[in-house]
Amino acid sequence: MMDKEIKREIMLDHYNHPNNKQTVNDERYKSVHNASDSCIDDITVFMLAEDGKIKDVKFDGIGCTICTASTDIMCDLVTGKDLSEAKAIINEYYKMVDEKPFDEDALEEANAFDTLYQQANRIKCGTIGIRAIEDLINEYDK
Amino acid sequence: MFDVEKIRKDFPMIMNHPDLIYFDSAATSFKPRSVIDTVIDYYEHNNCNIHRGDYDISFAVSKRYDDTRKTIARFINAKRPEEIVYTYGATSSLNIVAINFAKKFLNKGDVILTSEVEHASDVLPWFKAAEQSGAIIKYVPFPKSGRFDLEAYEKCFENENVKIVALPHVSNVLGFIYPMKQIAAIAHKHGAYIAVDGAQAVPHIKMDVQDLDIDFLSFSSHKMLGPAGIGVLYGRYELLEQMDPVFYGGGSNARFYPDCSIILKNTPEKFEAGTPDIEGVLGLGKAIEYLEELGMDNVEEYGKQLAGYFISKLEKLDNVTVYNHGAEAGIVTFNVNGIFAQDAAGYFNKQGIAVRTGNHCAKMLDQIIGVNETIRASMYIYNTKDEIDRFVDVIKETTLEKCVDSIL
Repeated sequence: MMDKEIKREIMLDHYNHPNNKQTVNDERYKSVHNASDSCIDDITVFMLAEDGKIKDVKFDGIGCTICTASTDIMCDLVTGKDLSEAKAIINEYYKMVDEKPFDEDALEEANAFDTLYQQANRIKCGTIGIRAIEDLINEYDK
Repeated sequence: MFDVEKIRKDFPMIMNHPDLIYFDSAATSFKPRSVIDTVIDYYEHNNCNIHRGDYDISFAVSKRYDDTRKTIARFINAKRPEEIVYTYGATSSLNIVAINFAKKFLNKGDVILTSEVEHASDVLPWFKAAEQSGAIIKYVPFPKSGRFDLEAYEKCFENENVKIVALPHVSNVLGFIYPMKQIAAIAHKHGAYIAVDGAQAVPHIKMDVQDLDIDFLSFSSHKMLGPAGIGVLYGRYELLEQMDPVFYGGGSNARFYPDCSIILKNTPEKFEAGTPDIEGVLGLGKAIEYLEELGMDNVEEYGKQLAGYFISKLEKLDNVTVYNHGAEAGIVTFNVNGIFAQDAAGYFNKQGIAVRTGNHCAKMLDQIIGVNETIRASMYIYNTKDEIDRFVDVIKETTLEKCVDSIL
């Protein structure tokens, strides 16, 4: 389990200063829009993958701390990975928010969300951006 | 004024959750013991279908079901009980008006005048009505204050064939009471009908459809102490007479023949095909009796006092923005500065406070108040100033760190 102080720091850092939050206007990128139907979270993710490898992931939109930080962290995690490796990371993330045993090492900073499952009403916030990233991986993997 | 502490004892949800501060009554209200008992009594002692059984229980329940129309008519001062149609809720009432009004009265190029700042249920049925009839949707312009601007409204009739005005009586997000009597008079002066969404108004303010002179009024039982799944469409009798039902089936027809001709029952039964929400109707009747006992003048005054007290306390905080100064109907809309509304609400939840965040089904509102997400605290007869004080203490101490901590 990650220390609470560290988790807070990670989340606030990725919320206040996201590494990957920007709109991409580049035709080589594919994009997926994902919005919550029950809250305001509204995220578009942009991905560039070549030869089965993710070169770059960016996102933009409106999101709460959980939505913004989880999306930003996952962008960091999957960048530079093979599509299959990226898929595996996302699967570990889903296991974590589903309160199932998961591989902590695979998730690095995303471990900050290891107690999100306790807040049933916020799990959606923590998966909106992730689902968009997953959709893009599947799109490239077709 | 009524005794709030005594009222609180009538609500099992409050007794069962003594520490919960429930400020989401605009979404749905709690129900008093008498309403719950009425529903249970139906299932335990009076379970039957109505208007179909040749036996005593069915006869007695049918009479109570029919008599509830009189109770509702009295409550909103309708001219006659036949002007009360039972529906599944305000949304279903609004759809019946929009769909059937479109069929009967709207022609290509006619204007449907509505508002951008309102609930989806006030707008979407009319999008469909416009699509079906070729009518055009126009919006009443709203000033940044969110207050209704009668002058801007009347300008909308210039050079336009406005056939119907569809507006709420009380704004669902901002809790302002719109000047409905003047709004209706202006509509009628220009030959338009007026359909009013009363979902947030009927629970909170004294309603008099004859004095307001409105043509249709839609409202839900579950926001006014009654059961969910039941609502009301009030319509001027002569208009209901001219409209067709949306649904057809048992209970709404008198006779039908192999050549496909149907003789419908009279208004309002012709609108009520199928077995209705019988226990819902009985529960709604009980809820109205409860409100009448308190007196709707008192209910209105209390909602205004609570909103006024809450807003005056929030205005003293330097970490809060209030969007509806002077709100009347128990609704306070605000944000904690620099904190995304849902993050704040997650923290409030941890502190035992229930509110709603988001755009409150009014997805076009951001163009008016300049933000696309707010916290809405909505109060009703059982809420207290003490709860407001406790909530304000929490708001005062709310920081982004605490919000994040609430999920760690």
